[in-house]
Amino acid sequence: MSSNGRLLEVEDLVVHYPVPRGLVGTVSRRPRQLVRAVDGVSFSLARGELLALVGESGCGKTTTAQTVLRLVEPAAGRITFDGRDITSATNRAMRPLRRRMQIIYQDPYESLDPRLTVRGTVEEPLLIHREGGSKEQRAELVRDALVRVELTPPELFLGRYPHELSGGQRQRVAIAASIVLGPELLVADEPVSMLDVSVRAGVLALLDRLREGGLGVLMITHDLSTAARFADRIAVMYLGRIVEQGPASAVVGDPQHPYTKALLSVVPRRDPRDRTKPQILTGEAPDAVRIPPGCRFHPRCPIAIAECREIDPALEPAGSGQGHEAACILAG
Amino acid sequence: MSALLELEDLHVWFDLEGGRELHAVQGVSLALESGQRLGLVGESGCGKTTTVLGLLGLLPPSASVSGRVLLNGRDILAGGEETIRPHRWTDLAIVFQGAMNALNPVQTVSAQIVEALEVHGLASGRAARTRVSELLEAVGIPRDRGERFPHEFSGGMRQRAAMAMALACNPSVLVTDEPTTALDVMVQAQILQLLDSLCRDFGLALLLVTHDLPVVAQLCDRAAVMYAGEIVERGPVDGLFHEPRHPYTRLLFAATPDLHGNGTPVSIPGAPPRLDRPLAGCPFQPRCDRAFARCVDERPLLRTLDGERAAACHLNDLVAVRR
Repeated sequence: MSSNGRLLEVEDLVVHYPVPRGLVGTVSRRPRQLVRAVDGVSFSLARGELLALVGESGCGKTTTAQTVLRLVEPAAGRITFDGRDITSATNRAMRPLRRRMQIIYQDPYESLDPRLTVRGTVEEPLLIHREGGSKEQRAELVRDALVRVELTPPELFLGRYPHELSGGQRQRVAIAASIVLGPELLVADEPVSMLDVSVRAGVLALLDRLREGGLGVLMITHDLSTAARFADRIAVMYLGRIVEQGPASAVVGDPQHPYTKALLSVVPRRDPRDRTKPQILTGEAPDAVRIPPGCRFHPRCPIAIAECREIDPALEPAGSGQGHEAACILAG
Repeated sequence: MSALLELEDLHVWFDLEGGRELHAVQGVSLALESGQRLGLVGESGCGKTTTVLGLLGLLPPSASVSGRVLLNGRDILAGGEETIRPHRWTDLAIVFQGAMNALNPVQTVSAQIVEALEVHGLASGRAARTRVSELLEAVGIPRDRGERFPHEFSGGMRQRAAMAMALACNPSVLVTDEPTTALDVMVQAQILQLLDSLCRDFGLALLLVTHDLPVVAQLCDRAAVMYAGEIVERGPVDGLFHEPRHPYTRLLFAATPDLHGNGTPVSIPGAPPRLDRPLAGCPFQPRCDRAFARCVDERPLLRTLDGERAAACHLNDLVAVRR
């Protein structure tokens, strides 16, 4: 246990990808361009907390999560897991940590091996990490994991193949396989976006309950309604940066950054009587090769002033406090 | 007077291996008046897409279809492709999910719309090019961008291009299947706003097929909720949300997260029934929180309740009895 209870600490994380130059570019020695996919991201995650990283496609939320797990190499910054700096840990040094950090993906149709039964899928991580003791002990762990994801009785599911399961059940199997090693951090990348609405809530409630056992969950999502209902805290990303973060209720109920405000205003509401006027931003986010100078949001910002073209704002306390922060010089 | 577009008792069966059949659409009827916006909502496998493909005569040969599609009172499905082709695009325009498939990858966007106009004998040469400029402007594509190829467009721009194409022949009905599903929320908002203004400016009737209840709540006047191949409830969107008359409608709304809604969304236990064997009783009964004995034995019919409302649930009979 780390002293401050922080499971994960990310400071000024930067991730660059080179843009392919093509043959002509290479021959003519055109300067290499960089996609600044993650461009100075800082956040932390406590044990038992569910943090939602939200934003539109290309904002860097998935790259951030993959870098945290050291699946992608950071260019700069620091990642601390359970008090230990893992930013430049070697593969060998990472191996014992891998079982403590797991990821589940968006598409349970693709992430499960169609040739493996549920038993095989959930047991595989134990075999890879040489964990779980004897065959009988492993079988017990597999059954426990299935019970925790509410695939009960386990005997009903152990021998089934992915094609014999519904989408929600497959995602539960994927979650079972990710928790069988008893991880402390779970990255969930759009865990329900491929599922039908009627089963989504169940999978999210499951993540919520796993968290009660001390598991820290970093959930990547584009869906603000889901984040609002299930996350403890929300971090909103735009073009490689977190522009606002704080308790979910504060970010959703009292947004401070103009991007967050716009984003919230366009989320369609369930109640036909709530037809509020959406504040639609024109165009699409610029690509991360050409990040605008000053505040990166200023070209689309409805309230930008001259200074916004020059000042690149950092996250500062905003709103009612309690860890609520926004990166906007006009935020209170 | 008959509605602009009417679907009467549509059934669709797909042939499966081993001589079995999948009864994908089990007697769907709906009506669309001029300028109206109807949302057809349901989860995957409920038959909503098959319903519109049937309506447009676009089902594969492995499908058997029965029922009638009336356009201004005339059956356009009766004579198969012969009778439906003249109406596709000219009366019934189509925009599907993932507009990339609707666009020809080796032709510029402008060129394909010109071609569509020429094929339908609506305009050619200079007149066609002028019309294309108007259409691109209507969907918010900068004129010079029309000279680009579909792959050079973002997802949102492609969806706009598909809409320009759909509008080319002055249709009276726009049929669109999951038009915003693959898009980011801000781009989705742009496209929904565009759909809204196109319907208004061009007097289009809209048939919107989607799994996304909030999108329907925001854009449509009325909705039909599908489950297991049939419409289980239909009516004005306000009533469906505030006073649902079928448990599935109520539970589906309750499962949908809302930004400022109270309470945590709750899943519906269980899964939809298989449609490759006959259904006894109410198809939703195994998942229903209000089911009683009659629901197991007798399949409820879609019955008109009051004015525009209709639901297929025995509970509504109980209400009537109590009254």
